[in-house]
Amino acid sequence: MQTYQDVVCTVCGCLCDDIEVDVDGNKVMKARNACAMGTSKFLSYTHDRIETPMVRKNGSTQPANLDEAVTKVAEMLVNAKYPAIYGLALSSCEAVKVAIELTEEVGGVMDNQSVVCHGPGVLGLHEIGVSTCSLGEIKHRADLIICWGCNPDEAHPRHFERYSYTAKGRWRNGKADRKLVVVDVRQTSTARKADKFVQIDQGKDYELVNALRTALRNEQIQQEKVAGVPVEDIEELAELLRNAEFGVILFGLGVTQTVGKGRNIDGLFSLTRDLNKYTKFQIMPARGHFNVNGVNEVSAWQTGFPYGIDFSHGYPWYNPGETTVTDIVRRGENDAMLVIASDPIAHFPKDLANRIRKSPLAAIDPVHSVTTLVADVVIPSAFAGIECEGIAYRMDGVALPLKKVVEPSQGVLSDEDILKKILGKVRELKGRSG
Amino acid sequence: MTPQNIIIKNGTVFDPVNRIDGEVMDIAVSNGKIVERVNESSAIVIDASGKVVLAGGVDIHSHIAGPKVNMGRILRPEDHYRNLKPKTAVKRSGVGTSCPSTFTTGYDYSEMGYTTVFEPANPPLKMLHVIDELNDTPMLDKACYPLFGNNWHVMEYLKDNRHDELAAYVAWMLKSVKGYAVKLVNPGGVENWKWGGETTPLDEPVKHFDVTPRQIIQGMCNAVKRLNLPHQMHIHANMLGTPGNYETALETLDSVRQIAGANDGKPVIHLTHVQFNIYGGTNWMNLSSGAEHLAKYINNHNHASIDIGQIVFSDTTTMTADGPFEFKLQGMTGARWINGDIEAETGCGIVPIHYKKSNYVHAIMWITGLEASLMIDDPWKVCMTTDHPNGGYFTTYPRVMAWLMSKKARQKLTNKVNKRARSKTALESLDREYTFSEVLISTRAGTARLLGLKNKGHLGVGADADIAIHDLDFRKIDPSTTPRKFRKAMQKAVYTIKDGEIVVKDGEVVKSVPGRIYWADAKVSDDLARTVETDLRQKFQDYYTVQMSNYIIAEKHIVNSTPVRVNAEV
Repeated sequence: MQTYQDVVCTVCGCLCDDIEVDVDGNKVMKARNACAMGTSKFLSYTHDRIETPMVRKNGSTQPANLDEAVTKVAEMLVNAKYPAIYGLALSSCEAVKVAIELTEEVGGVMDNQSVVCHGPGVLGLHEIGVSTCSLGEIKHRADLIICWGCNPDEAHPRHFERYSYTAKGRWRNGKADRKLVVVDVRQTSTARKADKFVQIDQGKDYELVNALRTALRNEQIQQEKVAGVPVEDIEELAELLRNAEFGVILFGLGVTQTVGKGRNIDGLFSLTRDLNKYTKFQIMPARGHFNVNGVNEVSAWQTGFPYGIDFSHGYPWYNPGETTVTDIVRRGENDAMLVIASDPIAHFPKDLANRIRKSPLAAIDPVHSVTTLVADVVIPSAFAGIECEGIAYRMDGVALPLKKVVEPSQGVLSDEDILKKILGKVRELKGRSG
Repeated sequence: MTPQNIIIKNGTVFDPVNRIDGEVMDIAVSNGKIVERVNESSAIVIDASGKVVLAGGVDIHSHIAGPKVNMGRILRPEDHYRNLKPKTAVKRSGVGTSCPSTFTTGYDYSEMGYTTVFEPANPPLKMLHVIDELNDTPMLDKACYPLFGNNWHVMEYLKDNRHDELAAYVAWMLKSVKGYAVKLVNPGGVENWKWGGETTPLDEPVKHFDVTPRQIIQGMCNAVKRLNLPHQMHIHANMLGTPGNYETALETLDSVRQIAGANDGKPVIHLTHVQFNIYGGTNWMNLSSGAEHLAKYINNHNHASIDIGQIVFSDTTTMTADGPFEFKLQGMTGARWINGDIEAETGCGIVPIHYKKSNYVHAIMWITGLEASLMIDDPWKVCMTTDHPNGGYFTTYPRVMAWLMSKKARQKLTNKVNKRARSKTALESLDREYTFSEVLISTRAGTARLLGLKNKGHLGVGADADIAIHDLDFRKIDPSTTPRKFRKAMQKAVYTIKDGEIVVKDGEVVKSVPGRIYWADAKVSDDLARTVETDLRQKFQDYYTVQMSNYIIAEKHIVNSTPVRVNAEV
């Protein structure tokens, strides 16, 4: 039996790095310190695994060897005029780098899960900028925590204990020294723990943010209610914000992916900026997939842009709404798609899923998903952070090294190595065709 | 592949370190080094007649990589649209002007004849990010300066007067996060800002920590000296970007004068981007240049060096670990603003800015930088920088060089700047024009010396074969009277040679090489190292949100990791 210390958990954007993993005979026996989601991943990563590469022949997918599958994917990409490469939020930054090089080589578009999660936050950032911090700043200083459209109690189970509400920091001794406010459309389990729960009408986040900004400036709000919240409550909340010594807003998909999208985040970033005139205030997206932030970071330093990067001109180009994969698929522009560590067929709206299936589709994934079920080529891969190493970025941008605690099954490679093989094959094919 | 032998024939060689000032001679290269001679029949011969042969440029201070640069990239897609670089057979694609993507950064520097660039401000907690970006920045040798000025361990060791442990902690940190030099940014002020407070003068205690910025500066300067680090303490002073702040700058320099001790000619402090730190006046309306005060101090003391942080009229992005400064700036300009505080260590701020000739303050800034460059007599003490991208992009260096070398070029622009600013400047009365050798000192020979890079910045036998050849024939081009031609020649190298390989030809990258990453490995006594490690183990869990073992960066993450080993005095 061997115990690995300080293992990074690869479920959510918290990237808790204090997991102790017991391994016996290439099998994970125990994962201490992890939350339910983390424990489940460490203990059941062997379930539902794709056993072998699969290639579609005569209408149905059949087992194939890796080289054959790699060649198929490479041909698919080379033959396509405008292939989309999508995913990677559950992979390592090393894989992201190869995926970018591959997309550049085939002149396609590269996008990641941000497009359906925190992408609108990026749009807000382009407009306003953002005042943010590392998670330890919240732990040490925050006396007011606002969860807006996010539910860390269930989505980031250790966020409160490690980084925020109940964490013990230099100047804050757990929740006795902090207030928790939840803004949500329903009473989530986080809301039940809150000192104050503000229930708002669905799709009215933008209105509430601006009412708060108005109240903060001591201006009169000419309504009785905004977003279903009585004006007195809004004014009270504004007072609470203004009087905090160090406040932080954590926001989630409840506000990025509702009516208003990027405008909501624009509003929240502006509110945070306004608040810094009175006190210290920060804001941070509660990122979901463990390395979705890493995909944004690597994409940004290699191409200048965090998601929705189009290489069809030979240089990186970015125009969310035009070069984002959801929009490209909706317009039916892509003629092939390679999915890495993601399940767009399950997660995208049905009409987009149907459109994706109209052109050749390949998927690289450790486990079966709806996407791997319908893909024309499937290549099994190793789990980053369990079966192979890599780097991932926490929701606050702290990069952490992922550990390999067990060997992957024979012949199963990391996303990085599979993508390198595909890239090599693409170059070979392009060389041959002149 | 071992690099081939090269002979550069008949070039006009400028090498201030070896006192070669425009001599026509041959330079031989073998195995990545400059050598006495090589066998001509097996060597690549470069005919450099009518061209200048120089050591590759060495940039002491340029923000090219890391979390804050990347936030700048994400903030400003419009900055990228101005410069789109397609992929070529050799080059990766890229974008960007003030915050270019990593590949483009490497290529643009290399095509300008630069071979070494040091990234000057990095939060240790996010150093793996910095390293990972530098791995993706090709063509250059690189290093980073971790931030110490608002570090909790530093302030606590100082409060307890544990100076030996402080030095050992600095050594531990550099080794753990693979840093090269010690950087202080607004010491104490950033910790205050984390409660919404202000940047402080030198003698006001830091909130909750009971040490003053002066103690931090002196303590860290002393620690760096005792560690024998290759580069002295590199500091972004308090009160940056404030009218009248030249007094704080001089106080900062003077606070460590005693530490230099008997003057052995080795400076103990490098005051960076001084242009932002040497203003006179009492408010923005009567802002003036305080360059003469600084120049007088530097001319009379040998314990300090500076770089300029020259501004260039353009649309660029300010980015610094000085969070409170950027907060003030956004308040004044209303521009977009990013803030990023880092637990137990430092902060960060980003604000785009457009420096305009017509703007009084911007004109004063432009004048201040040039005055400082021209009023300090010894070029070995002055490094030419724009504090990329804070003052302007690094690609504008040739323009700045032209201003230094040509009164005519300066005058042409002075005629166009804000009239009130112009009426208050001594710039027009300064007749000094840098010689070409002086420009080379402030862009390679001097910077390499200050960084402790013995094999860089010159062309002597044994030096790294990092060489730039520019199409500059002083019989035809007089920088003083034809600055534009000079600028053009310096913009694109005819050849750049990196570690003995031709990487740029006719201003275009022809071969991509990864470059090295240097870091300092200072050996302190075993006892002291153990004490510090015990201290850290006790506090790490409380201070940080990551495990100590994950904070330490393994060498395997670094492409061409190059430790520089030194023996400390503690």
